[in-house]
Amino acid sequence: MDAAALTSRFPALRDLAGKDMPTYEAPGGDLLAVVKFLRDEQGFDLLADLCGVEWKDRTPRFGVVIHLLTTASKEYVRLHVPAVDDRVPSVSSLHPGANWHEREAYDMYGIRFDGHPDLRRILMWDGYPYHPLRKDFPLAGIEVPLPAADVAEVTGQAVEPAPMMGGPFVSHGGRMSEGEPSALDQSWTEERPKS
Amino acid sequence: MKITKEISIGDVAARSEELRGENMTLNMGPSHPATHGVLRLSLELDGDKVIKCDPVIGYLHRGDEKIAENMTYNQFVPYTDRLDYLAPLANNVAYAIAVERLAGVKVPERCEAIRVVCCEMARISSHLLGLGVYAMDTGAWTVFMYTFNEREKLYTLFEELTGARFTTSYTRVGGVTRDLPEGWLAKVDVFCDGVLRTVDEVDRLLTRNGIFLERTEGVAPISKELALAYGLTGANLRASGVPFDLRKDKPYSGYERYDFDVAVGTKGDCFDRYLVRMEELRQSVRILRQAVRGMPGGAWYAEDAKKVFLPPKAKVLTRMEELIQNFMLVTEGPQVPPGEVYFEAENPKGSLGFYVVSHGGGVPWRLRIRGPSFVALSILPAVVPGNYLTDIASVLGSLDFVMGECDR
Repeated sequence: MDAAALTSRFPALRDLAGKDMPTYEAPGGDLLAVVKFLRDEQGFDLLADLCGVEWKDRTPRFGVVIHLLTTASKEYVRLHVPAVDDRVPSVSSLHPGANWHEREAYDMYGIRFDGHPDLRRILMWDGYPYHPLRKDFPLAGIEVPLPAADVAEVTGQAVEPAPMMGGPFVSHGGRMSEGEPSALDQSWTEERPKS
Repeated sequence: MKITKEISIGDVAARSEELRGENMTLNMGPSHPATHGVLRLSLELDGDKVIKCDPVIGYLHRGDEKIAENMTYNQFVPYTDRLDYLAPLANNVAYAIAVERLAGVKVPERCEAIRVVCCEMARISSHLLGLGVYAMDTGAWTVFMYTFNEREKLYTLFEELTGARFTTSYTRVGGVTRDLPEGWLAKVDVFCDGVLRTVDEVDRLLTRNGIFLERTEGVAPISKELALAYGLTGANLRASGVPFDLRKDKPYSGYERYDFDVAVGTKGDCFDRYLVRMEELRQSVRILRQAVRGMPGGAWYAEDAKKVFLPPKAKVLTRMEELIQNFMLVTEGPQVPPGEVYFEAENPKGSLGFYVVSHGGGVPWRLRIRGPSFVALSILPAVVPGNYLTDIASVLGSLDFVMGECDR
């Protein structure tokens, strides 16, 4: 990849000094032009992956990470796109394969993709009220009504949080605890987000 | 008296708009044998012809990425079994390599070779099932029996190696759970002969079978440009004429040491995707033979990675240092420095990618799984319309997807 050509063409790109592949932070305004430049002039013809991320120490809180691949010289490049006001331009006009990835990022994080042809939820059902991969969403889930209202009316059932009591496979790692690793605190509320 | 009425083609053509019936909406799935799992296709049909296809996924969504953020790296290995559950060993290896790249751990040659054996056996197992059900979807029941016979032998080998037939969870960050059992490699060598015979048999049953050709040749061709635009990977991409194979082009786990060819199609239709998988089976056997016969000795896990891989049990029980190391690793998880990594492995279904963001410690901050089946299904709205309803079984079978990995 011609890094000099890329950075001289787009001075707003910030080199993040990626260890495994060239990594740049691209502001949303430049994203489409950068991806188009990479695709048409640098040969990055395959969008390997696009995903949402909630950053620990960055503002804005959410971002999108795009991995592009060239099938000619077999190189990757990574773009970090901050989601200002939870919005990112959609690259699905350049790489149609981004369509579903963007729907997933919207579903999981609530990131909106400007210019996306069909921004619906993809893994959760339409009408699901939360964005489950956000860090303030509890692991067990939150009770919500059944997707099928007619079934809920007859059975009186709802989608319940998963039973987590004593879940032995949930651990914080990294920190030494006094007892055995135990289930996370599931007493999540709007007022007191999970630490 | 016989009443006849002459109808000219021209009259009918002129009335074609008037004669056109209503389009029908048909839900195919989520429980339908041809959708290979819980996939629902919301179809709009004009007679027998598909006008619009909207795949509805998410029925098997378990929140694997959320779960990964709440446990240590090694605890997540069993969850990777359930991504592409037809090739759990390959998922284990891909996940372990991704985390090792982030942790900066290099595994010894023997470990790499063991992993190559695992990956190729997983590929054979996955392709055998893929071909079996593909043939069944297109009306040839027998092939499934032939391929399942071989898969059964594979499962026995998996069981001997990992202790489990399906959910193998064989790798750990920095190595594998145990060394190869004695005499196991010889059994793999014997298996290689058997599976080649079966592949030849399947070849004779299908490749020139008129019914199979009718149902696959020229059906749903995916052009090179379309395949790249949608980010198809693996055999599906190669069938469209793009010679891209991560084992050759971005070698990992020592794949550069093996001699094999990459099968590439020309037209990208359902039949090409079948042919590419058949050839990949043979090439996998070739790699497997080389790996089995040239299996290097030495350590089978990264011995110097003391903050990542558990010490041997015998030492844990007899020595203080290893006991502490064992305890710390189990409670805190393998220690991975802050950073990010993206690693894709050439899995049977395509490139399985892991994007890991770490802030240090034993738990990932973000673990993204890029499932090749998710991508393969996203191309359906572009490929299926224009085909007949009956062709959908061929198209789905030829794309060889698995819902566990698509919905994650």
